[in-house]
Amino acid sequence: MSSQPQREMNSESLEPRPRTPMSDAEARNWLQRTWDDGKGFTSWFQQVHHTVIGRRYIITAFCFFLLGGLLAALMRIQLSHPENHFLSPDFYNQVFTMHGSTMMFLFAVPVMEAFGIYMIPLMMGTRNIAFPRLNAYSWYLYVCGGIMLYVAFVLNTGPDVGWFAYPPLSGPDFSPGKRADFWAQMITFTEVAALAVAVEIITTIFKLRAVGMSLNRIPLFGWAMLIHSFMVIFAMPAVALDSSMLLMDRLISTHFFNPAEGGDALLYQHVFWFFGHPEVYIIFVPAMGIVSEIIATFSRRPVFGYPALVLALVANGFVGFGLWVHHMFATGLPMMGYSFFTAASLMIAIPSAVQIFCWIATLWTGRINWKTPLIFVIGFFAIFVLGGLTGVMLASVPLDTQVHDTYFVVAHFHYVLIGGALFPLFGGIYYWFPKITGRMLSEKLGLWHFWLFFIGFNLTFFPMHILGLKGMPRRVYTYLPQNGWGTMNFIATVGALFMTAGVLFWLYNIWTSYRRGPLAGDNPWGASSLEWATNSPPPIYNFDELPTVNSRTPLWTATAENPVIRGLRIDDREVLITRVLDAEPDHINSFPKPSPWPFWSAMATTALFVGSIFNGYALYIGAIPLAFTLTMWFWPKKHEIALEEAEGVRR
Amino acid sequence: MSASIANSQQPPRREIDVSALPKTVFGSGQSILWWGTMGMVVIEGTFFALLLASYFYLRTRVTDWPPAQTVPSLNFGTINIAIAVLSLIPNYLAKKAGSSFNLAGCRLWLTIMSLISIVCLFLRWFEFSSLNCMWYDNAYASVTWTILGMHTVHLITDGFDTWILNIMMFTGPIQGKRFMDVSENALYWNFVVLAWIPIYLVLYWAPRWL
Repeated sequence: MSSQPQREMNSESLEPRPRTPMSDAEARNWLQRTWDDGKGFTSWFQQVHHTVIGRRYIITAFCFFLLGGLLAALMRIQLSHPENHFLSPDFYNQVFTMHGSTMMFLFAVPVMEAFGIYMIPLMMGTRNIAFPRLNAYSWYLYVCGGIMLYVAFVLNTGPDVGWFAYPPLSGPDFSPGKRADFWAQMITFTEVAALAVAVEIITTIFKLRAVGMSLNRIPLFGWAMLIHSFMVIFAMPAVALDSSMLLMDRLISTHFFNPAEGGDALLYQHVFWFFGHPEVYIIFVPAMGIVSEIIATFSRRPVFGYPALVLALVANGFVGFGLWVHHMFATGLPMMGYSFFTAASLMIAIPSAVQIFCWIATLWTGRINWKTPLIFVIGFFAIFVLGGLTGVMLASVPLDTQVHDTYFVVAHFHYVLIGGALFPLFGGIYYWFPKITGRMLSEKLGLWHFWLFFIGFNLTFFPMHILGLKGMPRRVYTYLPQNGWGTMNFIATVGALFMTAGVLFWLYNIWTSYRRGPLAGDNPWGASSLEWATNSPPPIYNFDELPTVNSRTPLWTATAENPVIRGLRIDDREVLITRVLDAEPDHINSFPKPSPWPFWSAMATTALFVGSIFNGYALYIGAIPLAFTLTMWFWPKKHEIALEEAEGVRR
Repeated sequence: MSASIANSQQPPRREIDVSALPKTVFGSGQSILWWGTMGMVVIEGTFFALLLASYFYLRTRVTDWPPAQTVPSLNFGTINIAIAVLSLIPNYLAKKAGSSFNLAGCRLWLTIMSLISIVCLFLRWFEFSSLNCMWYDNAYASVTWTILGMHTVHLITDGFDTWILNIMMFTGPIQGKRFMDVSENALYWNFVVLAWIPIYLVLYWAPRWL
């Protein structure tokens, strides 16, 4: 046995292998059988295809979005008039913490990754995401983290220390009990999941691109997800570390944030915002990718200034790491610190503006097709520019110290995040829903959704600027009539009602269109990127024949001369790996088959994480099932190896 | 505009035949496994960098460093890192055996690396007691223990990985992928050792020099 594999592997390849002549229909049958993950209850826990996991990710993220929205509605009702007692102060603390944590960690980041998981392999023209089992594992972890947090919340153990959980408030002295522990461990769950997805997406974009898609032809959403993923890799460890240090201070009496023993609570803030500011761009950059795709498609021309847009995204990625201290202006800093971080915070406006001007130029010179996705993008322009302007204001230290921790800041970051991420995301849903489900969303309901949400948004959040300037602090559960904040708060609550109505229109649209919407066809918008080069919804093997591309807008420039990829096995999950820079064919990889072990590994991880909140020994005992399930995950299965080593059927 | 590359029905199409391409590759940046491994390396490298930054931040908060304890004893830590640095040689040979499909070589050098991982973990046990503090003493002790603990997790996971891979090389089934695993496993150990060097200098020498 020792010499045989050696000989075979050394003599691998070199000569083209024989191919089996077959019709397109036969080839499709083979591919369907090979890539099918199976149906039924047990298969559900073994599925690994990116469209399946991507769909689960999208649906899960929007469930958390609705939960977070409900919590926001509760807050708006509570604040609608002075001295209201709709919510108790303690419950209000839990509600605003749960709202922020849900929206940041369980919705905004996962939903961007969800669209990346679903769309990136299609846009790159390949059959699955890199590391598909890791992808499945990440979804189970994400769901378990979210469920853990909400179970704790329902049991009146929801975190109540704000979404960034500053010590000393969140430390052992001022937050006894388990509330803050659940928050910190939810971070661990979601960060492990996000880091896994980031590695998958980077690898998919670098190594699984269609032949001909050199770096300078990657669709802008691809670039955006690439930069997003790099930012995740450098930023997320910070919050995972920070929350772990907090947990250790709380559970095993370390003193990281305890000044009495040489620690410092400000260390927490530094490490948190080293993650927290890039986090904003982690959410915002993929949205910029969506905006670029939508604007090009609905202007019916290639996007203006592709290199400038890519460089602007890269610049966002770098500068985003140099701003974190502007969240800490009120803590007292050396002069040099103030100047540096003010300058950096002003500088980030430059790449953002470059992008806006490129998009305006694209729209200006295009033949505009006014459809819902584009209308949401126009809404994004209006709101995001306002949010950006208040951002520039907040970058100046005197103003920041004046409005720190007031509703002015709340207004600012909702303009940036809802304007900068949610509006493009809604646009993306109207844009890609036909690809994912095969049916069009209703334009009419879409317009209702847009206008209700747009008007409601501005009604809710614009008055908060004024409230902040008038001195209303964030996170207070009620206020006195003589503060004079009643009218503005009432307007904000009415706005929230409009937003709720908009979301209901959207849900109704999805519900009816999913069942009875007009059929979409492969490419209903006449778009240019590869996800539109296959059926809607895509088959489980994505493409009948692996595409090649000859430009940045492959579907607009495709000719009969475009070659197709041949010679891959269709009775095994063979995928073509291409080179990083020029995307020329490099080698072949047999992709993983369905497996129950990612699910069991995630269960073991969950037991370890949740157990360690209650008892330190869970770390040691929990490591045993985790090691076992991970070993089973990677242990080679004889029938899979036999399949991969066979000569097989090639087309 | 429903031009569809994939579903076009006009024969004959120009073709790119990829059937001759290899399935086992070892180049830097070539395989997806390499990118996955490097992804892990960068993520964990970031953890270490942030921990070391926290160490120096906490240093600025007190006048004496270490605040109340004696400095860590050098013996176990120094012996251990010396072994780790020397282990880069058998590690390199394991990587080379992997990329030349040398099964006997993989078995030999992986066995040696598996044993080295046990030795390093054994010495690491004594390193904790030679820190001369407990994690609950003060912030210095907390960050020192956390850095060493975090690195110990890497020793455990890499050691476990090497053991499992070595067992697979003996029990089979063997396929090209396993040789790529040997190569990537060696790459990961390089990272564990490289990360170890600044950690050693900070934990054992920074309290003496600062």
